[in-house]
Amino acid sequence: MTEIPISHMLFVSTALFFIGMYGFFTRRNMITMLMAIELMLNSVNINFVIFNKYLYPDKMDGIFFTIFVITIAAAEAAVAIAIIINLYRSHQSIDVEEADNLKN
Amino acid sequence: MMSLDAIFFYIISAFILLMGILAVTTRKIFRSAIYLLGSLIGIAGLYFWLEVEFIAAVQIVVYVGGIVVLIIFSIFLTQQSGKEMPRTNLSRNIFSLLAVIAGFLLSCSLIHQYGFEAGSQPFDNAVSRIGLYMLNTGKDGFALPFEAVSILLLAALIGCIVIAMKSVPTKSTK
Repeated sequence: MTEIPISHMLFVSTALFFIGMYGFFTRRNMITMLMAIELMLNSVNINFVIFNKYLYPDKMDGIFFTIFVITIAAAEAAVAIAIIINLYRSHQSIDVEEADNLKN
Repeated sequence: MMSLDAIFFYIISAFILLMGILAVTTRKIFRSAIYLLGSLIGIAGLYFWLEVEFIAAVQIVVYVGGIVVLIIFSIFLTQQSGKEMPRTNLSRNIFSLLAVIAGFLLSCSLIHQYGFEAGSQPFDNAVSRIGLYMLNTGKDGFALPFEAVSILLLAALIGCIVIAMKSVPTKSTK
């Protein structure tokens, strides 16, 4: 058994989640916002693996949730980048402030 | 005196967090993608440290080999990658920093109060066991989410093609 308390590992994933959240709040460029979302999804994956390994070692649910989250993140990134490229084609910009056609 | 194992954990964690902070604060978008790559590789290293080798391999294959390459390609298609992004305005910066720090402190206090206790059982995550569970239709099986995620991937694939397809002009002259 490792001598590092579980809370230290959870602090790492919490910090990574809030770093991603900060990036999501401050960035105005769609690609960098997508990167911030990827960081947040990764911190959730770390949490799932740690809980599975140390709290419920007889089960596999955390591992499978991690695999499915990675799959969904890949699908989400692909769809998001298709939308971004389409938006760039019509607006010549991928700034979120300029994608306001539905507003007025 | 910390053991080598613990020192490795803290080095990997510091690397992940440093790369994450640089990825969300640098103003050059291409550098941001490279720092994201560093952070994802660090997370794969953390999975190796946790001895979940299969997840670490999936992390490297899907994130490092797939998503980051996709992001870099879309940067090349849409940006002048050497150009600096405009600075975010100060009030938004301050308020998001405040919100993030408040959330972080709240979560940390919750984790600290709960004080998770590690069990002493070993964790068996051999790839053969993962495969058996993944296609098992019984009580502990994951066959249904596996199929659902397959349909999701197919839908995403078709959706990407439809969205990114150049629309055929219906009239040749305007």
